[in-house]
Amino acid sequence: MNSATVRNLLVRGMLAGLAAGLLALVVAYVLGEPRVDQAIAFEEAHSHEHGGEELVSRTLQSTAGLSTGVLVYGVAFGGIAALAYCFALGRIGRFGPRASALLLAVAGLVAVYVVPFLKYPANPPAVGNPDTLDQRTTLYFLMVVLSVLLAVGTVILGKRLAPRLGNWNATVAAGAFFVLVVGLAYAFLPSFNEAPADFPATLLWQYRLAALAVQVTLWTAYGLVFGLLAERLLAPHAAAESRGTATQATPVPH
Amino acid sequence: MAQPAVAHPTVTPAAPTAVPAKLPISAVAPWAVFVGILMLVLLYFVGAEQGATSLVSGEGVHEWVHDARHLLGFPCH
Repeated sequence: MNSATVRNLLVRGMLAGLAAGLLALVVAYVLGEPRVDQAIAFEEAHSHEHGGEELVSRTLQSTAGLSTGVLVYGVAFGGIAALAYCFALGRIGRFGPRASALLLAVAGLVAVYVVPFLKYPANPPAVGNPDTLDQRTTLYFLMVVLSVLLAVGTVILGKRLAPRLGNWNATVAAGAFFVLVVGLAYAFLPSFNEAPADFPATLLWQYRLAALAVQVTLWTAYGLVFGLLAERLLAPHAAAESRGTATQATPVPH
Repeated sequence: MAQPAVAHPTVTPAAPTAVPAKLPISAVAPWAVFVGILMLVLLYFVGAEQGATSLVSGEGVHEWVHDARHLLGFPCH
């Protein structure tokens, strides 16, 4: 029965990830693609060696290719987050199924994306030296893994401290620990500044904001959709009640 | 908003805030291992294949997910 619950949550997580991926895809297409095109135009205007034949046309890259990548990313993280949810459920404090899902999504956004992004931000085409790609890839994934493990550690630390310090102080202390360790990682890991000298600063800024918007959309939508589906699965009565009180402004006293 | 809460002060500790039951680790672990690895393989193909490392020869995978890789924040090239 418990295994069936895990499977049901996993399926719902992947569906929620797909739905969130669709929304993120709209944001990526509307906010991101114009900046990718501008960056490629810059790259082509400044590069002498570039200009070989295209394996995949720009039209396909910006539509079908983008969709493939963003939707697979959404489904994959939807599944992983649903599994993390199965571990977190009932273990992270007095939160119901919906609140747990939203908290998990926020934690996922911060740990998987925002923390690595602040050290190794998304780069448009034309920014980034191909010679350092191996190093940048390793460090990026290292930063993601480090940040996720640290987030899990922070939650466990908060739980351990809660009986002694109380929930509020334990959360603040664990959060401070997270920020401190992330700060140390930022200070000691190597940085890269590979934007060409004349690359437009505004374009880089807008590109990175668009990349952040894609992730904020993805994880927020995931938290809300998955929370709804999880609550219907785990607490159908509570889900029905919350719908009932929403439509009935003044319930009859009993 | 405030009116029903005042009229029914006993309603507050109702079912919606109840903490859901824990799922046993032994029930979650097998799913986490097998499906978790499968999902990580998917992420690898979106995020890193034919970049720093390459399992499939050529540039097809890289070129196909090129825009997604850039906009999802992975180092692309």
